[in-house]
Amino acid sequence: MSLLQLAWKNLVNKPLAMMLSLVLFALGTGLIALLLLMQKQLQENFEKNLAGIDLVIGAKGSPLQLILSSMYHIDSPTGNISLKEARPFLNPTHPLIETAVPLSLGDSYGGYHIAGTTHEFLKLYRPQLSAGKLWEANMEVTIGATVAKAMELKIGDKFKSSHGFEEDVDVGHVDHLSFTVVGIFAPQGTVVDHLILTTNQSFWLVHGEVDHAHETDTTHESLTQHDHEAPLHSDSDTKSDDDSLEKEEHIQEGNSAALTDKSIPFSLLEEDESLDITSLLIKFKAHNYQALNMPRNINENTDMLAADPAMEINRLFSLMSTGERILTVLAWVITIVSGLSVFISLFSSLRDRRYELALMRVMGGGRSTLFLLIILEGLLLSGIGCLIGIALSHGAMQMLGSAMEESYRYNFTGMRFLKEEIWLIVGALVIGFIAAVIPAVQASRTDIAKTLTEG
Amino acid sequence: MSFPEIHCQKGEHWLLLGTSGSGKTTLLQLLAGLRTPMTGEVRIGDTVMTALSHAKLDKFRGQQIGIVFQQPHFIEALNVEENLVIAQGLAGRKIDRNKIRKLVERLGMSHKLKSKTQRLSQGEQQRVAIARALVNGPAVILADEPTSALDDQNTHEVIALLEEQAQLASATLLLVTHDARLKGYFPKQIVL
Repeated sequence: MSLLQLAWKNLVNKPLAMMLSLVLFALGTGLIALLLLMQKQLQENFEKNLAGIDLVIGAKGSPLQLILSSMYHIDSPTGNISLKEARPFLNPTHPLIETAVPLSLGDSYGGYHIAGTTHEFLKLYRPQLSAGKLWEANMEVTIGATVAKAMELKIGDKFKSSHGFEEDVDVGHVDHLSFTVVGIFAPQGTVVDHLILTTNQSFWLVHGEVDHAHETDTTHESLTQHDHEAPLHSDSDTKSDDDSLEKEEHIQEGNSAALTDKSIPFSLLEEDESLDITSLLIKFKAHNYQALNMPRNINENTDMLAADPAMEINRLFSLMSTGERILTVLAWVITIVSGLSVFISLFSSLRDRRYELALMRVMGGGRSTLFLLIILEGLLLSGIGCLIGIALSHGAMQMLGSAMEESYRYNFTGMRFLKEEIWLIVGALVIGFIAAVIPAVQASRTDIAKTLTEG
Repeated sequence: MSFPEIHCQKGEHWLLLGTSGSGKTTLLQLLAGLRTPMTGEVRIGDTVMTALSHAKLDKFRGQQIGIVFQQPHFIEALNVEENLVIAQGLAGRKIDRNKIRKLVERLGMSHKLKSKTQRLSQGEQQRVAIARALVNGPAVILADEPTSALDDQNTHEVIALLEEQAQLASATLLLVTHDARLKGYFPKQIVL
């Protein structure tokens, strides 16, 4: 029988006496582990999705909201910008911009956001297809892995989107066009997993934006009724500032064709400039002086807002870290209190076990044996408490994960273990050791003769 | 407090009689190396115990001296067998479960091997205490008032057991008591 076994049996023999220490240790370390897990995964989520984006341009409003809505898809967009304003940035010959991704946001399916965009989007996140193909024509969608799994969508499935981000049928575009799934991305661990990607034009079709462009309501009906001849023409008659009638026709035909053969949309550079998109994700060619000045120029000289994602996310982190710090301090306080509780329960157990300890000396155990026994009991208590805490935190993370997934567009898991958790265990053991030192010294100093005489 | 010089030959059984306060227990603790005398020495075989270092003394005691106390105390968390195993372990002996089983059988306690010690009767506890004193094959068995809490019947049994087991182990038995009932059992007596 080793000392460790004896220490274990001593603890098991008096389970109630040790319960408080165990529960406290589990609580403290569990809370720390949970905070670590959450912080790590949130940070990863935000960092992974930075995807080299240097600038986000959208409607005036809160820069953080713009970033959260356009990059992380966890907030409502700030508004829309017109193609006229956005077009200069979409120009492939722009001297400063390497990639410009136009985004149309605001609709969802089953809580998953639909993003209208071009294939430029793929240059940012580089997702791989796991099935099917990329969206080409209007109303075609390529969906993220999580969306496919959660909504049980396969290639060829059709669905109707809803307005806004709620899973509410009342605001569904029930009488509108259906989207068709043409491709599914492989899981990537970025926001792409949670997105439904389609063309920007699909948004205009669903929202009847094309009608809006022509300031009439009839087109919308005509679109849904698959009746695209007469009303569309009557629209163009009413149109006032018609600088290029031909182009309008173009769009009309493009859009109306979409209803029947899912036409390939035009480049946004050729679309009507009064149409809206939500935002632009910009990646610079180089981070030179001019590029760095671009946000200020946009903010001062246009009706648009330019926000730097890295800066905004840092701001967000510093906001969050205050609360996180308070919680971490609290968790450590609980852990230290649990160390105190280990100290108290070991110390008070010594009185009951005085004779036992003296007996161990009589049987040949040295002072160091008794010292080690009490230390082992302290280490066992803190170690087991810590392991219970870590197990609980992972369980909690797994359960919270699904709830957080919806609000953060990121797959959280409780099955991941961090290096920091090893340090947590080491920390707990150190606290257990420190808590046990005084009782252990006391035990090793047991006066055998006196104790035995007293009986 | 001082004691006369006492010599016991190997294998002899002695009774050490004294009234309360005569220092019986103190003498026993001195003999067991649980106390250090201010002057004089305690010798077992060729070993001068009083000259040993703390750590060596602990080991020597564990291996060479078996002690039976007035009140049998055990490690509460452990059962009968485990209490004997830990006695071997603490003395630095190899764990020999076979030996333990045989010893317990000789004391008629085989059926209680897995029982918690606090579930045993006083007589049974004293038997286990004797088993523990014998488990490492000691040269000397010291018994401190082993019968004071027992009735005549149990007293007789325990003394018989002690003598028998000491004989079997060819160990020297030294019994410290104020219990006059025991006078008849031991021809060799020291009165303090």
